[in-house]
Amino acid sequence: MTKVLEFIGKVSLFGFQVVAGLFRSPFEAAQLGRQLAEIGSQSVPLIVASGFALGAVMTLHTRSTLVTFGAAAEIPTVQSLAFFVEIGPLVAGLLLAGRVGSGIGAVLANMRVTEQIDGIESLSIDSFKFLVVPRVVACVIAMPLLTLFMDFSGLVAGFAAEYAASGISFHLYITRAFASLDWPNFIPPTLKTAVFGFLIGTVSAYFGYTTNEGARGVGKAATNSVVLSSLLIIVSDVVLVKCIAFAFPGTAL
Amino acid sequence: MNSADRTVVSFERVSKSFGTKAVLHDVSFQVAAGEALCILGRSGTGKSVTLKLIIALLRPDAGKIWIEQDEISTLRPEDLSRVRRKMGFLFQDAALFDSITLYENLALPLLRLTTKSQQEIDSSVDKVLRQVGLAADKKTMPSELSGGMRKRAGLARALVLEPKILLADEPSSGLDRITASEIDELLLQQKAERQTTVIVVTHDVHGARRVGDRFAVFDKGHLVAHGTAPEVENSDNETARQLLTLPC
Repeated sequence: MTKVLEFIGKVSLFGFQVVAGLFRSPFEAAQLGRQLAEIGSQSVPLIVASGFALGAVMTLHTRSTLVTFGAAAEIPTVQSLAFFVEIGPLVAGLLLAGRVGSGIGAVLANMRVTEQIDGIESLSIDSFKFLVVPRVVACVIAMPLLTLFMDFSGLVAGFAAEYAASGISFHLYITRAFASLDWPNFIPPTLKTAVFGFLIGTVSAYFGYTTNEGARGVGKAATNSVVLSSLLIIVSDVVLVKCIAFAFPGTAL
Repeated sequence: MNSADRTVVSFERVSKSFGTKAVLHDVSFQVAAGEALCILGRSGTGKSVTLKLIIALLRPDAGKIWIEQDEISTLRPEDLSRVRRKMGFLFQDAALFDSITLYENLALPLLRLTTKSQQEIDSSVDKVLRQVGLAADKKTMPSELSGGMRKRAGLARALVLEPKILLADEPSSGLDRITASEIDELLLQQKAERQTTVIVVTHDVHGARRVGDRFAVFDKGHLVAHGTAPEVENSDNETARQLLTLPC
């Protein structure tokens, strides 16, 4: 138990250092740009492909049930609410935890093992600011944007599946999809993924940056990054959903 | 500073442990400006730890470490950065930043720590790459370099800020005799031309004898002999005598 508390304390302190690092110069804009490209734009194909697949599957599953109850017209509404409120943010978070979390953990751990981090420090460059802060900030910025890609991909795939089944027009589908989608159902769930991004970036960077087990530590850092950041995303989602429902009572489905 | 004016590195009763494993016990020595000190000893006796303590990548558990006028074990990060700029570090595996080219590796500290223009940076990088014989490889990624080239690239990065003190961790490890000799030659050249203080950790007695003015021999975390080659050869410590008189 003591070890668990000690670990939580260390990761939290690491997170605070990231936040504090944001307000200290130099601001590492070039590094941030590089990480945004790596974490953000290179994740787009994975997110879009997953969004398409999930969107199509979701429509296929919900269609039969809703048709049974004579509510086929609600398919676009269900699809958009499900994606914008929960599926998009959560699945995008978990996918990014897998792709980016393991990457950050492994890269930083490899840099630690091969003394690259010591090399940066020996050049009087703050390795924490240079390597960790831009990665975490890039995750925070990229996560809501990638969530939007996931949401709209799911919606487009949902339309394609529904069009194949009923021949619905795109205009009608989109009108129905957005008819019940208020801003509180769209903005807070999308922005909550910035918290997921912070968790992914911080946890993964912590495991990578602090590893001290040689080559074995690289694999461990990658695995632990994915496992813990995925778990934290799910747990924090419960808390955030509750907070959003409290702040915007009308948003609950 | 607590000793002669020309002393640039001074260890005063320094000890360092990792967990329960004591690595350095009560180590004291000094290195004068422009001198080349070779640190010898068996594996795991605290030689590389000593170098990392000098550049403050590690902090001592006890004792004081002076770099010129600064006692570095208690310095704040911003002051530490100023002291580190006096030093260049050649890591055992070069430790080049592997996601950027050789040119970018060398330009990075110049961009970050100096007010040089892009033209001046290009010129500094070209100069130091010529010096180590890698002028044609500046667009190469570190992973594409051979072991000897990586070592020379690591040396180039250590030299690019024109340090007063050059620290080299096993500069000849994993290299053939000729390449190792080329690296030794570069260290000697740096010392001769710029009066750089050189501190080398090595297992290569042949290279150490070429480069070193003085020698420090470590055994089980203790500094067991320290002095010129004849002084170490005639020391009371058997390990020290054996190390320096091993056939090359």
